[in-house]
Amino acid sequence: MKPRSDYEHSLWRRLVRFVDGETLEDVEKRAEELQEKSAKSQVEADIRSEQILEEEEDEEDKDNREEKENRKRELEKAHEKEAAAMLEKYKNWPKEHGVKIFGRLYAVMAVVLCLIIIVTLLVTVSYLPEFGQPDNPNNNEVVRRYNADGLEETGATNAVAGMILDYRAFDTLGESHVLFVAACCVMILLRLELTKDGKPTDKKRASEENDRLYEPKNDKILQGSAKILVPVIILFGIYVILNGHLSPGGGFSGGAIIGAGLILYLNAFGFEKTTRIMNRKNYAVISVVPLLFYAMAKGYSFFTGANHLESGIPKGTPGAILSAGLILPLNICVGIVVACTMYNFYTLFRKGGM
Amino acid sequence: MDFIRNFPFFCIVLALSTGVISSVLKPKAAKALSFSLISLSILASLGVLIYTVQTGEAFVYMMGHFPAPWGNEIRAGVMEGVMALFFSVIMLLSLLGGEKYLKVDIEEPKQNLYFVLVDLLLSSLLALVYTNDLFTAYVFVEINTIAAGGLIMIRSNGHSMLAATKYMIMSLLGSGLLLIGITLQYDLTGHLLMSNIQESVGELAAHGAYTVPLTVIIGLISGGIAIKSALFPFHTWLSDAYGFSTASSAAILSSLVSKAYIFLLIKIVYRVIGTEVFWSSKITNVFFVLGVAGMLFGSVSAIKERDMRRMIAFSSVAQIGYIYMGLGFGTQLGVTAAVFHIFSHAATKSMLFVACRGLSEVSGNKKDFSNLKGAGFRNKIAGVAFTVGALSMVGVPLFAGFISKLYLTSAALETMSVKMEVALIVLAISTILNALYFIRAVISIYTPRNEKYRDAAFKPGVTFCAGMVCFILINFALGLASNPLIKAIELGLRMFS
Amino acid sequence: MLGNLFANYYEAVSIILFGIGFTTLLLNRNMIKKIMGLNIMDTAIYLFLAAKGYIYGRKVPIVSGTVPEPENYINPIPSGLVLTGIVVSVSVTAVMLSLTIRLYRRYKTLDIDEITRLVKEEK
Repeated sequence: MKPRSDYEHSLWRRLVRFVDGETLEDVEKRAEELQEKSAKSQVEADIRSEQILEEEEDEEDKDNREEKENRKRELEKAHEKEAAAMLEKYKNWPKEHGVKIFGRLYAVMAVVLCLIIIVTLLVTVSYLPEFGQPDNPNNNEVVRRYNADGLEETGATNAVAGMILDYRAFDTLGESHVLFVAACCVMILLRLELTKDGKPTDKKRASEENDRLYEPKNDKILQGSAKILVPVIILFGIYVILNGHLSPGGGFSGGAIIGAGLILYLNAFGFEKTTRIMNRKNYAVISVVPLLFYAMAKGYSFFTGANHLESGIPKGTPGAILSAGLILPLNICVGIVVACTMYNFYTLFRKGGM
Repeated sequence: MDFIRNFPFFCIVLALSTGVISSVLKPKAAKALSFSLISLSILASLGVLIYTVQTGEAFVYMMGHFPAPWGNEIRAGVMEGVMALFFSVIMLLSLLGGEKYLKVDIEEPKQNLYFVLVDLLLSSLLALVYTNDLFTAYVFVEINTIAAGGLIMIRSNGHSMLAATKYMIMSLLGSGLLLIGITLQYDLTGHLLMSNIQESVGELAAHGAYTVPLTVIIGLISGGIAIKSALFPFHTWLSDAYGFSTASSAAILSSLVSKAYIFLLIKIVYRVIGTEVFWSSKITNVFFVLGVAGMLFGSVSAIKERDMRRMIAFSSVAQIGYIYMGLGFGTQLGVTAAVFHIFSHAATKSMLFVACRGLSEVSGNKKDFSNLKGAGFRNKIAGVAFTVGALSMVGVPLFAGFISKLYLTSAALETMSVKMEVALIVLAISTILNALYFIRAVISIYTPRNEKYRDAAFKPGVTFCAGMVCFILINFALGLASNPLIKAIELGLRMFS
Repeated sequence: MLGNLFANYYEAVSIILFGIGFTTLLLNRNMIKKIMGLNIMDTAIYLFLAAKGYIYGRKVPIVSGTVPEPENYINPIPSGLVLTGIVVSVSVTAVMLSLTIRLYRRYKTLDIDEITRLVKEEK
């Protein structure tokens, strides 16, 4: 019976290969090796039989013997080659297979570790207080004061805004600096440098020319819709920022919306138009001044609070736009910083800076 | 209220603002600003330390108009003062010693960003030291992580970027665990402020309520911090991160960033979970085992290493093992020894990293032993500093490392259990292993065989010399007059509770 | 034993998501997938926090008239924490993505093991 020619591609073989961690190329290579080996063993068998013959026929002529010697030498060479290949394989074994085994062991261990973490946490969840009950431990006097007196003490109708920008403002101060330090790290990695007189280096020019290679230039549909959408998006962002203390929203969400509007504008009209407003110099000013104002304003508020002084900042009538003391200016600062940072991230990712 | 109580808050906000301003300055101005900020922070921390020692009690500082538990708070006691002072001093010296190599390792237009990262790192270190609020701690842990990643990746070659990637991945895993731990504990106690949590946790533990979640929370928070501070099985990122970044970064990372996390852990043990609950949980045994394993593994890896920077980095794994072993004893004396080891290791390791860079500078910028032969003769001050550091690491009397080993041993003797025997044996083995690789390194740099690099006219530079001399003096001070510091640590730990 | 597991199904689901994210971050060799795992992990924590803040039948803590009704509001603290968490996660994602871009430009691969190998050869 003839063996099937597509045996190597059969489902069973594939499974076996998968278990062994081999690829099809490995198998083919091995098949070739096997063939070579069988050819070699054929030659060896020939020689051996001839040697036997040699012993029998002592009076062979010398020509024949020389030929045999040659073949023997060839065979030795082949042996040496084989030994070298074996040695190579032996040396590479830990590199090829060891890594594979180690990798698989690592994967198994990691999966087991992750399962242990999930199961432990699920067990923990089953012991936690029940979901959505008003008498849970986290619904305590802290929450009651935020909800009941927040309006009076911070002037913000939105208790979340009052909490993050007044009660727990130190966290939020740190948080906006997280964004700033991330922007610095991205600049370190991706910013392409300008030469001393402010002109782009060759690398930068190359990436600039490449800028719109894969994107349509002056796409009518994109530009048309951007003309309508961008003002609306930016207006909406401003609305969200200005109403942060009255309704859901605030500096972070509004800033992200404005950033999205700027990115859409950039995509539709290209860098030439946007760099007139948003170039590196302006970006530096626009991102540094609000952050400094933020730190100074909050520093003043912390200082007066800790030293039991009156801060002298009017709270205004709750519900009006100009109310809630420092929360509105802080929201505007945060909004500007977030919008600039988002836009800056985009330009850095796209071509290494504005 | 005394005006001096404002100092911790001033330092933190000033450091944040300085970082922001530095981003638009020229590198030289940014550097000057950074150095003056750190000097100011040293003075302020010294003031806080003296003030708290005089008044004999810790003070809390309201961040805003609302008292705890509604508003944020920072808190300063003797321990916080000592830590802040020490961190600022080491940071100043590391920058001073490695200052001239920054110009070589970092592209010129990006040098001011290095100082931005340094300023923000300082602010986050101070905030982690002073904070009295768990969620504030989380936010500043993130600033710390990103800024430290930036310090590694600013060198911008393949090695350092890969090292930064590995560092970030491991750190973010740790942050994830830490955050979910904080979230779970918020669910149980309803507080984020340390003192209030401690009260609630004490009540819960006394009533035996929520024992399973409480154990899991302790495990998650300690696990997250252990990953971030490179405890033994999580140390894989460490050798690359310390080995391939610029000298100041390696010194700052090894001596400040990982130590700040350990300090946060100690603070959480004392101020959040409470020592009784923590010691009675089994997590101290885990710390002990992993610490001991790290001591052995780190030393063995260091012996195998041919690259001097990476050898010092692996030695850090072993030293972090010492600290966790001290915590693992679960006693007051053990924690005191661990805190002292934080100081002695931070002072020594940053000196070793900077000295090693100085040695490799006169050896064609190579870092392997064969090229460093005789480097101690070519750069004399770096050679002396390296020798001092090596002797201190081994634990020779007169140097800082001896005192911390002495205290660890006495803490081990006090436990009177299996831990004592294991700890003593491992301490002995680890000391021998330390001696093996550090003495080899010292012999190597004083072998006058290599004729390849003969540069008689080499001048190490004023800032480098100043940094090295200060480092050596600090090491001797810690080794010869450790008593005041130990007293301060004990006082600080008492103030914690 | 199972206690509140089914009553707390929001938390249970978010924990499973957390596990998925954690595993992806730890196991996947592709940098982009690692970053996706990181984001899943963070999002799971926000879901957990949001679930912790909710109280049955109550509404957002925004005063609509002039007098606050504290017994009708949910817990505002977790919302604030989620906001902080989102900003942190955006920052971290940006840094990780830019690192990935730099590594890809240099080594033309996203596989972190492959990058490690290439970096070692570079020496």
